[in-house]
Amino acid sequence: MAPVLLVTQDLRTEDDLVHMRAAVKMHASDLGFSSLNQTKIMTAASELGRNTIEHGLGGLVIIEHLREPERNGIRLTFKDEGPGIHDHALALSDGYTSKKGLGLGLSGSKRLMDEFDLISPPGTVITVVKWM
Amino acid sequence: MDRIPILKIGETLLVTIQVDFHDRVALALLEDLSEKIVNFSSKGLLIDISALEMVDSFMGRILGNIAKTSRLLDCHCVLVGMQPAIAITITELGITLSGIHTALTAEDGLALLNKLVNAKKNGKPSAKKQEAKWR
Ligand SMILES: Nc1ncnc2c1ncn2[C@@H]1O[C@H](COP(=O)(O)OP(=O)(O)OP(=O)(O)O)[C@@H](O)[C@H]1O
Ligand SMILES: [Mg+2]
Repeated sequence: MAPVLLVTQDLRTEDDLVHMRAAVKMHASDLGFSSLNQTKIMTAASELGRNTIEHGLGGLVIIEHLREPERNGIRLTFKDEGPGIHDHALALSDGYTSKKGLGLGLSGSKRLMDEFDLISPPGTVITVVKWM
Repeated sequence: MDRIPILKIGETLLVTIQVDFHDRVALALLEDLSEKIVNFSSKGLLIDISALEMVDSFMGRILGNIAKTSRLLDCHCVLVGMQPAIAITITELGITLSGIHTALTAEDGLALLNKLVNAKKNGKPSAKKQEAKWR
């Protein structure tokens, strides 16, 4: 079955980040994810959303409900038209940061979710999925 | 801008983080706390995060910085009330929070703070001399 669009939201300001976390939490809870998985999804979303704002110069997030005969999932897509990620392996290695972060956002959110997909450049599109 | 309230109880400062907040609010908390620790000569800082729904790498970094900064200002910091889901999630994320004292409840946290603060008082020769004089 086709994915169901739950919400599309701009990611430009800190306010947007707080709203996005609340929206992700609400939808993950509505879909029936365990509280542990809700926390994991919210945390990954916070990392990726902050990257969109900080590194990607702002963009948007799409939250979708994935429906398969055997399983349900949530898909989050983060899109921006910023400078892009040129060396995927480097960006995804634990501890790599081009600013003054811990460099755990990309590698950590990959660990927290079941699927992780990065398309860049131009811009950056990161898609993550968690199955129930 | 919203600020997170800081309560002073004797030599201890108490912060309860209630809701999700902006990055700027977290940075302001670090500044406010440093100022209060110095102004009140606080020896202990208890941070209750039991109402927090998630800790990401930014928040983890702020908590680590608060603990390190307070140590430099002669104040011990104990983090209390972390939800199990958050402990599992930040470990998987890769945050270590090494060097941060933790306790499960506020009560345990206060007991730990007392121990940390008193261990230091007893360890100081000058403090011992003072005690001896008073006896
Ligand atoms: N949307 C994006 N656009 C451009 N570059 C990005 C984007 N997301 C991540 N990057 C690059 O990948 C690097 C690693 O990202 P990651 O989130 O792992 O660490 P960080 O953001 O630097 O630090 P932290 O997230 O721990 O605060 C970033 O430093 C940045 O160079
Ligand atoms: Mg990041």
